[in-house]
Amino acid sequence: MDFDPVLLSRIQFAMTIGFHFIFPPISIGLAWLLVFIEWQGWRKDDSTYKSMGKFFGKLLAITFAVGVATGIVMEFQFGTNWAEYSKFVGDIFGAPLAAEGIFAFFLESAFLGLYLFGRNKVSKGVHWFSIFMVAVGSTLSAFWILVANSWQQTPAGFIIQNGRAELINFWEAVFNPSMIIRFFHTVDATLIAGAFVMAGISAYLYLNNKGVEIAKKALKLSIIVGLAASLLELYPLGHEHTVQVGKTQPEKLAAMEGLIDGQERAPLLMFGVPQQSPEPDLKAKIALPGLLSLGIHGDMNAYVPGLNDFQRDEIPPFILTFISFHTMVGLGMFFIGIMLLGAFLLYRKQLWDQRWFLKILMLSIPLPLIAIQLGWISAEVGRQPWVVYRVLKTADAVSLTVSAGEILFSIILFGIIYIFIGALYLYIMGREIQRGPELTSIAEVKS
Amino acid sequence: MIDLNTTWFILIGVLFTGYAILDGFDFGVGILHLFAKNNNERRINMNAIGPVWDANEVWLLTGGGALFAAFPIVYATVFSGFYLALMLILAALIFRAVSLEFRSKIDSPGWQRFWDWSFGLGSLLPAVLFGVAAGNILRGIPLDENGVFVGSFLGLLNPYSILIGVLSLVMFALHGALYMTLKTDGELRDKMTKWASGSWIGIIIVYLLATIYTFFEAGFLFDGILSAPLFWILFILLLAVIIFIPIGLKSGRYFRSFLASSVTIICMIGLAAVSLFPRLVPSNIDLRYSLNIYNASSTPRTLTVMLIMALIGMPIVIGCTIYIYRVFKGKTVITDESY
Repeated sequence: MDFDPVLLSRIQFAMTIGFHFIFPPISIGLAWLLVFIEWQGWRKDDSTYKSMGKFFGKLLAITFAVGVATGIVMEFQFGTNWAEYSKFVGDIFGAPLAAEGIFAFFLESAFLGLYLFGRNKVSKGVHWFSIFMVAVGSTLSAFWILVANSWQQTPAGFIIQNGRAELINFWEAVFNPSMIIRFFHTVDATLIAGAFVMAGISAYLYLNNKGVEIAKKALKLSIIVGLAASLLELYPLGHEHTVQVGKTQPEKLAAMEGLIDGQERAPLLMFGVPQQSPEPDLKAKIALPGLLSLGIHGDMNAYVPGLNDFQRDEIPPFILTFISFHTMVGLGMFFIGIMLLGAFLLYRKQLWDQRWFLKILMLSIPLPLIAIQLGWISAEVGRQPWVVYRVLKTADAVSLTVSAGEILFSIILFGIIYIFIGALYLYIMGREIQRGPELTSIAEVKS
Repeated sequence: MIDLNTTWFILIGVLFTGYAILDGFDFGVGILHLFAKNNNERRINMNAIGPVWDANEVWLLTGGGALFAAFPIVYATVFSGFYLALMLILAALIFRAVSLEFRSKIDSPGWQRFWDWSFGLGSLLPAVLFGVAAGNILRGIPLDENGVFVGSFLGLLNPYSILIGVLSLVMFALHGALYMTLKTDGELRDKMTKWASGSWIGIIIVYLLATIYTFFEAGFLFDGILSAPLFWILFILLLAVIIFIPIGLKSGRYFRSFLASSVTIICMIGLAAVSLFPRLVPSNIDLRYSLNIYNASSTPRTLTVMLIMALIGMPIVIGCTIYIYRVFKGKTVITDESY
C-alpha cells in the first residue's frame, strides 16, 4: 500500500496534539480557580474551601499527570516527524521550547509536587504559594508554546539565509504580530474550560447531595468566573484575534468567514453551507452587508480579500476551516448564554431549585474543550498549505528518512495508548467525582 | 578561551547529565519495583519518587528543547533517525507517568498489578533504550556526505550499543537502590543495600567490558584524549567514587553513597563527552561526515540568546530543586495524601 508520509505525519501530529490539549486547558483553568479557593481556605480558615481545595486538587493532579504524559511526545515530534522543518527553523523555533522547559514547565512540575504532597510539610503560606506557582508556571507554558506557534502563523524577526531561517531579532520573533492576542485568547479559553468543569462537577455534587456547601460555593465561583471569561472571549479577545487574522493572514480569514470573492462592504456571514468541489463555494447564504469590513478595518467600505484573490494552491482547506471556526463561535455564544442565565438565577436566588439548569451544566463540561479543539483546527488548518506562513510549506517540512510504514506504526501505537488512557482518565475522574469531597472539618477541629 | 559552540556542547551535556542523575533514580526505583514483594513496598517505591519525578522529567524536555535550539541539525537527524526507538521510549514514559497517578485510585489487585508492571517496564525500557541510543552515538551512526541518516532501526540494535544499554540499566538500578536507602528504614533498607551491592558488581564488570569494547568498536574516541588532563581527572574521580560506594554503604553513609553514584554518572557521561568533542554525532561511514558543534549549530545570535536564558533560568531551577528535595527529604511515610 502507498501512504503519503506527509499526510500520515500530519495525522499523527493532529492526533497527538489534539489529545494532549484536552488536558492543559483543564489544568490551567482549575489551577487559577484553586489559587482563589486555597487563598480562602488559608486566609479565612474556611473548612468548606479547604475541602474544596483538596477535592479539586485531586482532580487537577490526575488531569495534570495525563497532560504531562502526553506532552512529552510533543517536544520530540518536531525532530522525529518534521526533521526538515526542525533544520529549517531550529535557529528560531527551538528557543521557545527550551524556554518553556526552563522557565515554565519546571515551575509547574516542581510546585505541583509540593502542592500535592506538601500540605502537611510546609507552612500554609508556602502551600498556597505552591498552587499559585503551578498556575503561573502552566500559564507561562502556554505563553512559550504560543510564542512558538504564533511564529509559525506570523513569522517575524528573521531572514532566510544559508538555506534556513536565521534569527535577527529575538524580541520581534517572540512578540510577533499574532502572539499577544493569541496568548490571551487561549488563556481565557482555559479559564472558561476550568469554570465549566468546576460548574458541572459542582452541579453534580449538589444534585447528588455530596458536600452541598462545597458545591454551592464552587458553583457560585465558577459561574462568576465562567461568565466573565466567556464575555471577554467574545470581546475584546475573540474580536481582536479575528481582526489580527484579517490583517496578517487574509486567506485564513476568508476561509473562516466564508468570503469567496474579495469585495468592499464585505458581509458578515450569519449562515452558510460551505462546499469545495474543488472550487470553494458557499450555499444558502444569510449575511449582513458591510459588517465584516467594519469589523476588520473599522470601515464599512473597506476591501476584504476573498479566497479567489489568492493562488489556488495557497489557500487553506475551506470546509474544515469554515466549519470549525463557526462551530467554535457558536459554542462561545452558548457559553455566554448559559453563564448569563446562571448568574441571573444566582442573583434571583433560584439557582438551587432549577434542577434542569444544573443538569445542563453537567452536560456542558466537555463543550469548552470541544470549542478549544475547534479553535485550534481553524488556526492550524487555516494556515495550510504552510507550516510557517508564506515561508515553508508543510509538504517540505516532513522527515525524509522516516518511512510511511514507521509513521503508520506510531500512529497505531499512540492511537491505542491514547484511547486506553483517555477511557481510564474518564473512568477515574468519574469515580473521584462520585466519591465526592471529604468533609474534613471534624478532623481539623480536633487538631 | 571557550567559544559559544563549546559552551553549548557543555550545557547540553549538563542538561542530559542532570536528567540522567535525577530521572535516573526514578528509573532505578521503577526497575526495582518489578521485584518488590508486597503492596507496602510498592507504595513506598512510588511515593518515594511521587513528589519529584515530574520535575525530574522536565530536564529531558529542557534538554530536548535546548538541543533543538542549539544544534537543530543534531536534533532533527538523530530524532528522525532513531524514530522507532524514540517512539518506544515515549510510549514507555507515558505509561510510567500515568501508572504513578492511576495505581492508587482503584483498590483492586488486578488493577494495581497492571500499573505495577506498567511502572516497572515503563522505567526499564527507557533506561535500556537511552543507553542503546548513547551507544549508537558513541560508535557513530551511518551519516552520508550530506549528514543524512542512512541506517535502519535494526542497525541500531548492534551488540556494542546493547552493551551500553545494559550498562545504563545496571547504573540506574544501582542509583535507584541507593536513592531508596535514603527513603527506607530497617529491613527494607537492608534489602536495598543488597540490591545496590549486587548492581555495583554489575557496573564494574559491564563498564570494564564496555571500555575494552569501545577500544575496538570506536577507537577514534581515544584519539588524542589520553593526553588531555580533563580525561584523567574524570577517570580518576570515577575510580574514586565507584570504590567509595560499597565502603559508604557498609558504614551506613547512605547519602554520600548516593552522591557518589551521582558523580559516577557525571564522570561516565563526562568521559564520553570528552571523547566525542568536538563531534556531536560521528559518522561511521566516514568520520569527516560527522555532525559537530560547528556544522550542526544555530547562529551565534541564537546561541547567545539561549545562553542568557540559561544563565537566568538555571539558578532558579537549581534553587527550586534543592528546596523541594529539602522539603521531601527523609524517610517515605505513607499518609492519606500518598499514592
